Amino acid sequence: MLAHAWDSDLAYSFRRSPSAMLAAFIALVLAVGALFAPWLAPHNPMDVASLSLLDSFKPPIGMDGADWSNLLGTDNQGRDVLSAIMYGMRISLSVGLLSTLFAMVVGIGVGLLAGYAGGTTDAVLMRVADIQLTFPSILTALLVDGVITAALPQTLRDAVQIYVIIFAIGISLWPNFARTVRGSTLVERNKDYVMAARVIGVPSWRIMLSHVLPNVIGPVLVIATLGLGLAVIAEATLSFLGVGLPPTQPSLGTLIRFGDDYLFSGQWWVTVFPGLALVLLVLAINLLGDWLRDALNPKLR
Amino acid sequence: MFGFIGSRLLQAIPVLLVVGFISFALFAYVGDPVSILLPQDHTEAQRLQLIKDLGLDQPFFVQYAHFLWMSLHGNFGISYRLAQPVGSLIAERLPATLELAVTASVLAFAIGVPMGVYTGIHRNTVLSRVFMTVSLTGVSLPTFLLGILLILTFSVWLGWLPSFGRGTVVHLGRWWTTGFATTSGLRSLILPAITLGLFQMTLIMRLVRAEMLEVLRTDYIKFARARGLTNRVIHFGHALKNTLVPVITIMGLQFGGIVAFSLVTETVFQWPGMGLLLVQSVTSADIPVLSAYLMLIALVFVIINLAVDLLYYAVDPRLRVRR
Amino acid sequence: MALLDVRDLVVEFPTRRGVLRALDGVSFSIEKGEVLGVVGESGAGKSLTGVSIVGLLERPGHIAGGQILLDGTRIDNLPAEPMRRIRGKRIGMIFQDPLTTLNPLYTIGRQLTETMQTHLPLSDADARKRAIGWLDRVGIPAAAQRIDAYPHEFSGGQRQRVVIALALCAEPALVIADEPTTALDVSIQAQIITLLKDLTRDEHTAVMLITHDMGVIAETANRVAVMYAGRIAEIGPVETVIRHPAHPYTEGLMASIPSLEHRVARLRQIDGAMPRLDALPQGCRFHPRCPKAFDRCRTDLPDLMDAGATRAACWLHA
Repeated sequence: MLAHAWDSDLAYSFRRSPSAMLAAFIALVLAVGALFAPWLAPHNPMDVASLSLLDSFKPPIGMDGADWSNLLGTDNQGRDVLSAIMYGMRISLSVGLLSTLFAMVVGIGVGLLAGYAGGTTDAVLMRVADIQLTFPSILTALLVDGVITAALPQTLRDAVQIYVIIFAIGISLWPNFARTVRGSTLVERNKDYVMAARVIGVPSWRIMLSHVLPNVIGPVLVIATLGLGLAVIAEATLSFLGVGLPPTQPSLGTLIRFGDDYLFSGQWWVTVFPGLALVLLVLAINLLGDWLRDALNPKLR
Repeated sequence: MFGFIGSRLLQAIPVLLVVGFISFALFAYVGDPVSILLPQDHTEAQRLQLIKDLGLDQPFFVQYAHFLWMSLHGNFGISYRLAQPVGSLIAERLPATLELAVTASVLAFAIGVPMGVYTGIHRNTVLSRVFMTVSLTGVSLPTFLLGILLILTFSVWLGWLPSFGRGTVVHLGRWWTTGFATTSGLRSLILPAITLGLFQMTLIMRLVRAEMLEVLRTDYIKFARARGLTNRVIHFGHALKNTLVPVITIMGLQFGGIVAFSLVTETVFQWPGMGLLLVQSVTSADIPVLSAYLMLIALVFVIINLAVDLLYYAVDPRLRVRR
Repeated sequence: MALLDVRDLVVEFPTRRGVLRALDGVSFSIEKGEVLGVVGESGAGKSLTGVSIVGLLERPGHIAGGQILLDGTRIDNLPAEPMRRIRGKRIGMIFQDPLTTLNPLYTIGRQLTETMQTHLPLSDADARKRAIGWLDRVGIPAAAQRIDAYPHEFSGGQRQRVVIALALCAEPALVIADEPTTALDVSIQAQIITLLKDLTRDEHTAVMLITHDMGVIAETANRVAVMYAGRIAEIGPVETVIRHPAHPYTEGLMASIPSLEHRVARLRQIDGAMPRLDALPQGCRFHPRCPKAFDRCRTDLPDLMDAGATRAACWLHA
């Protein structure tokens, strides 16, 4: 079966595209590094006991005072930048994936419903999506985040913050999925196989899930990859602004924010390396998304 | 044509009302204005008096109506954090944000459109690939990171450009301040404008390119070629005109995005605009500012949508025929 | 000397399953002022032939062999700029769908004047006058007012008239009409064909009329070429090809046209389907469906050979 998959149109296009393969490779490396951070990272930046202020502000390899045990240098508290990046990537990636997943589920659900039910349901749902789409997603995420955080009592905030962020980013991304799925559902809904199923008496939800859904997966995947890129950037931005994850679970964005303070005093590596890691991650995701979009586009074949 | 505008305005009203309602709900129910505004040691009598003053003892709809009325007059209440009227805070910050947004948009359009046209026409040249890579980086690079890198390069290492603030500003009219009139104002504008504009520029470039590719595949372009029209006429006459129509719409919508997006850039460069105000009010749960911001954004977007619709109407003759 | 001479034209499409030959040795000629019909099923290669002649073959398709000569000079190997000058000025083209062939954002007057001014030295005023003249000739009422109208303000039939005007306004010697009536209502089809006939006869313009509608060919063409699977199966005077077809495929085609005079219990058809380009049979491409096939047909690919008044690619006439 793997051979068959390798032989398919999609895989063919993949093999022909050096950028897609490079992107996949980078993404894989980053994902593995993130996933296995607790085992792979040279140090554990979370372990306060192991930190020593004597180690602080060591520069990366290539500059004076560098040290092989801290390849990319250390920050103001002696935390190893490389390890912090790996742990941070873990959080950035998880939040990104979870929020995209959330947006996907909500978006697909709404899209299927709107496309299949038609009429007023469709009109209302799509109006809501349209209105939300006129606002940039970062703003929606920020406002949702701000409102919920303000509404929560002080004590709960830190613990629940990560879920609030996932929810906020997810909410900002669902319309993209909804609109595409709705469009495809409208097309599929009028096709013969759906009519046939309705005539037989298959319940609507069944038709939507087992017949229509598999046919709309293609564009959904493309949006999902691009959405993942947006989600990761959104989380990083929110964390950078200080309304994202709490400092106890620093994501790449939080790390960048920490480092920003030291730009002018010359310790640029604290902010630049996490920044580069973020860019690499999103770049890989976007390249894959671009390639996927071109590969799945029947018009360009 | 007026029927067209009229119907659009009518559609806008429910949107504004809904947003107004959400803003109000925020204002009234999230957080507790009473305890925030009162000093630590207050008496019950003072508390009751404040509730009466703020009108919090009135029924819901009366409060809502009052809220709307006040908003229409530009009175959005008092900021929790800064204890200043929200209205004047916003007025103070508005010019900064608008000037930044306009500069960034102009930059993005002026560079993005030609790049998009070029990569649409010449799909496989070296320059095309360079542009596409730049655009990919532009989409993958978060705005704040770009800002930081620019600051690092141009302010810290090269020392050419300032890294925060707006420089010296000149007052115009009753409340407008402009940074365009002074060199320091202009110099301070450069890095933030590039930061804010880059994302838009790459978006525009990709959009123009995608549209160009679509248009170049149409039958009427094929027919234009079959009639022996020159490449120049085909690309910059027929193709470009058809490409720009959807591009303008999206750009118009994007402008609203720039204004809102500026909040990140303003944070990085400490640019005293509305974005920075919003971020600060989110971190400090300053509800009046948040709710005022919400209403304003809705208004801005409605206006921009209307403007774009009008523009579309002016450019595409097919929309003018109402049979 | 013929106006257009196509010799052994080969058009290939490289795909990931290998190279497909869409046109495999197509040869024919068109004299000045003559109307050549080109018929065949969908996918036979008719449109491709037309498009290749004007050099508008879309990548990755390309001309892999043969020659195309216009007035004795080769045009298949011309660089872009000389080829562009030929298009419109010496060879005009009419496409199938009038609803998508005209740029919706330009007035029809503008589209006419820009075409004429590209090829002929005309002032703006002259070009405009001529444009109005052309609209008149193609039967658009109130031409002087409608000249500044946009395409969507016209019906499908009127738009096709405008397209015809556009194809002829630079005064080409040859017009390639690719399915000019297929997208129109039956009642309009006749009008458009008559218009095309009249105009080209007046200007002595040659026409390559590509269609799958034999009725149109019977009405309009002097000669007809029948295409099958990327090659010409039969070519000859219209009367002879219709009444006394020499190739079994042409016979089948003629026989399958329902007649208004006799009633039949079953419509006649040619069994099977045209082979796909990547699964072409050995020998004559029609032999699997041919009721008269014999041994040689299965092994050798026939070229066009004399068969009485027409020429057919069939071993029956060897």
